[in-house]
Amino acid sequence: MKFVDEFRDGGLARVLAGKIERTVESGRRYNFMEFCGGHTHAISRYGVTDLLPPGVNMVHGPGCPVCVLPIGRIDNAIALALERGVTLCTYADTMRVPASGRSSLTKAKAAGADVRMVYSAADAVRVAHENPTKEVVFFAIGFETTTPPTAIAILAAREQGLGNFSVFCNHVLTPAAIANILESPQVRDIGTVPLDGFVGPAHVSCVIGSAPYEYFAEEYAKPVVIAGFEPLDVMQAVLMLVRQVNEGRHEVENEFARAVTREGNVKAKALVAEVFELRRSFEWRGLGEVPYSALRIKSKYERFDAEKRYAIVYRSVADNKACECGAILRGAKTPRDCKLFGTVCTPETPMGSCMVSSEGACAAWYTYGRFRDREAA
Amino acid sequence: MCLAIPALLVKRLDGDDAIIDLGGVRKTVSVALVPEAAEGDYVIVHVGYAISRLDPDEAARTLALFAAMDASEGAIA
Amino acid sequence: MKKDYVRPVDFRNGRVDMSHGSGGRAMAQLIDELFVAAFDNEWLRQLNDQACFAVPTGRMVMATDSHVVSPLFFPGGDIGCLSVHGTINDVAMSGARPLYLSATFILEEGFPLADLKRIVESMAAAARDARVPIVTGDTKVVEKGKGDGVFITTTGVGMVPAGVEISAERARPGDSVLVSGTLGDHGIAIMSFRENLEFETTIRSDTAALHGLVAAMVAAVPAIRCLRDPTRGGLAATLNEFARASGVGFRIREEALPVRPEVHAACEFLGLDPLHVANEGKLAAVCAPEDADRLLAAMRAHPLGRDAAIIGEAIEDPHRFVQMETGFGGARMVDWLVGEQLPRIC
Repeated sequence: MKFVDEFRDGGLARVLAGKIERTVESGRRYNFMEFCGGHTHAISRYGVTDLLPPGVNMVHGPGCPVCVLPIGRIDNAIALALERGVTLCTYADTMRVPASGRSSLTKAKAAGADVRMVYSAADAVRVAHENPTKEVVFFAIGFETTTPPTAIAILAAREQGLGNFSVFCNHVLTPAAIANILESPQVRDIGTVPLDGFVGPAHVSCVIGSAPYEYFAEEYAKPVVIAGFEPLDVMQAVLMLVRQVNEGRHEVENEFARAVTREGNVKAKALVAEVFELRRSFEWRGLGEVPYSALRIKSKYERFDAEKRYAIVYRSVADNKACECGAILRGAKTPRDCKLFGTVCTPETPMGSCMVSSEGACAAWYTYGRFRDREAA
Repeated sequence: MCLAIPALLVKRLDGDDAIIDLGGVRKTVSVALVPEAAEGDYVIVHVGYAISRLDPDEAARTLALFAAMDASEGAIA
Repeated sequence: MKKDYVRPVDFRNGRVDMSHGSGGRAMAQLIDELFVAAFDNEWLRQLNDQACFAVPTGRMVMATDSHVVSPLFFPGGDIGCLSVHGTINDVAMSGARPLYLSATFILEEGFPLADLKRIVESMAAAARDARVPIVTGDTKVVEKGKGDGVFITTTGVGMVPAGVEISAERARPGDSVLVSGTLGDHGIAIMSFRENLEFETTIRSDTAALHGLVAAMVAAVPAIRCLRDPTRGGLAATLNEFARASGVGFRIREEALPVRPEVHAACEFLGLDPLHVANEGKLAAVCAPEDADRLLAAMRAHPLGRDAAIIGEAIEDPHRFVQMETGFGGARMVDWLVGEQLPRIC
C-alpha cells in the first residue's frame, strides 16, 4: 500500500530510534501527550514505546470521540430507538458502549430496536430515502474529521426534500479539549504530570489546518508537532518535540506536511460553518463540562435536528466512583493506577471512557501492552 | 477519529463520487470535500469521504527526513 | 395423464412451506428429489432414519458444527460447502481420518427452493471431493420470520491412528508454531458482501477440507502436538486457546505471517486486525522444534499448504500471553477478540 507501507518501515524505525536516543538530554524526562486516539492505537499496535528511550513518556489524551461520549447521550440514542421507534443509524464504534442499566445499542437491537450500523453518514441518508415511512436518525459522533460528512448529509437530505431524516449531533472540537487539559480547575486539584508538548492529530488537522494550534503553542508555551498516522510519523514527531524542548522553543511544526496545510480544507470548514454552531458547553465523559467544545445544528436546519424533533432531554450519568479516567485522560495517572483496571474494568466490561473504545488509554494498554505488566494480568 | 487511509483515485464518477483503490481493494467514496481531486491523485479517505489530497513530493521529503543523518551523526567516524 | 404421475418438486420457482417439514408426502418427496438425489450413497438410498456402518477398532472422534453464516452465498463458497468443510476439519484437527457426516437443515418458510438446491448440490460436491459421505440427516421447517433462510448443522465421525496424540494442552516451551497459509481470506470475503460495506475485491473465501493436508502432516511428523483451524476469532483466538490449555506463552513474528496484500488493505479500510479475522481453510500447528522444518516441507508440498510458514514459538509464561514482534520493531500482545468484529471509524 503506497504511502502506508513506507511509513511503517522497521529499518527506518531503528534509524529514528537512534536519533531520538542521541537527542534526549541525559537525566531529563520528557512527557508528550498524543491527543488523537488514532495515535494511541498506532503507538500500542506497533509497540512504538519499545523504540523510545526511557526518558520519553507518552501520555494518552482524550482524542477518542467514542471514549468521551457521555453515557447520558448513549441513553438518549437508545431511547430514540427503543421507545420512539426510530431507525437509528450509527457507526459501529458506538454499538458496544455500555449505557445506563447495563444497556447498549447492541442490546437494544437484540430487544427489537431498529439499530443499523453504517460506514458513512451518506448511508443513513440513503436509508431515509429508501424507507419514507420510517423516521431515521443518524447518531453523529466524532471530531472535526467526521463533522464535514455529517454537514454534507444534512444538506443532501434538504436537497432531496426528506421529511424523515434527522441527526443526533455529538460532534466535538479538538482545540477546546486541549485547552481544557491545560487549564481546567480540576487539573490543579488532581495535579498533573507537567506536559512538555503535544503530538497533534493527523486527520483533524487535514480539516482544520495547523493554524488553530498556534494559539496553544503561544499561550501555554508548549510545542505542538502535527504528526501523520503511521508509526514513523509518530517517532519523527517525538524527535521534533524533543528538539524543541531542548532548544526552549514552543512552535507549531507540521510533520504531516504531505496532507496538512496551514489553512486546512477550506471547503470542509465552510460546510461545517453553514450547518453547525458552537454549544456554550458540553459534557465530556471523564472531563466534565467543557466550554465551547461541541457543535449543534443551526436553527435554519432545525428540522434535521433530532434533539429538537424529539425534544430530547439530556440527563448526566456519573461514572463509577473508583473510575480514574479523569486523571488518566490528563496524564496524572496511568491505567495501572486505577483500582478497576483489568479486573472489573476490561474491554469486555468497560466501566469508563478510557476502556470503552480500542483507542482509549486503558483499552490500548490492556489489549496490546499488559504483557509487560505482570501484576495487572 | 483518525481511521483514515491514503488511497489512489482511479476514476471520477458522476457528481461527487469516485472510485479509490487501496492495495487492490476498491470502493466508491465521495470527493465532495476535495472537488479538485483528479484521477491519479492520492487522497485521504475517512468514513466514505476524501478529506485531503496527499502531496507525493512532500511525502518523499518526509521519508528522506526520516533517513537523513544529522550533522552530529556524520561526525562520528 | 400418465399413470403414477407425481408432479416433481418445482426447484425453479418453488418455496419451502410448512408441509415440507411435516413428515408427510411433501417432505418425503423433497428428501427424495433433493437430498437423496444429491448426496447419493448406499446409506441414504436405504431411506432409513439412521445409517449403519462398521468401524475399524481404535479411537473414534466425533465433532459437530452449526452454520448460520450470512450471506448464504459468498465469493469462494456458500453455507453448504462451508458446513461440510467445517466439520471435516474439526474431526481432522485431532489427527483423525473423517469417515461419515450427518446434516440437518432448519428451513424457514418461504425460502426459495432454487437456493436450497444450490446449497445442497454444493454440499454434495464438497462431500464427494473430500470422499466423506453424508449418510443421514433431518429436515425441519419453521414459520417465516423465525429462521434466517436456512441453518445447517453437520456432525462427523472419524478414527484417530494409533500413536497420534494431538491436543491443545500439549504445547511445550520451545515448540514451533506454523500456519498453513494466508490469513483472513474468509472473513474479509464475507464482510465484502455485508450491507453497507460493499467493495470490489478479488478476495475469495478459503473454505476447504483439510483432512488430506493433515494426513500428510501426520505422516511426516506423527508427534505433532497441537492442531486447530482458526475460524471465528481468527488466529488470535487459536493461539490464546493453545496458550491457556497448555500453560505456555507464545511469541510470534508479524513479518512471518502470510497475509494477502488485499486482505491487508481491506483490514486497513475497516480498522480490523487480520489476526482476528476468520479462516475456513487454514490450520495452525504446534510441533517440537526439531520437527519444524520437516513439517513445513510436508505442508508446502500439499496444494492447501503452499504458503505455509513457521511464525514463532511457544515460551515459558505463567501468564499465558501471546506476544508479537511487530514488523515495525516493537512488541505487542495478541489478545482475544473483544465482542463482535465490527469495522470502526476511529
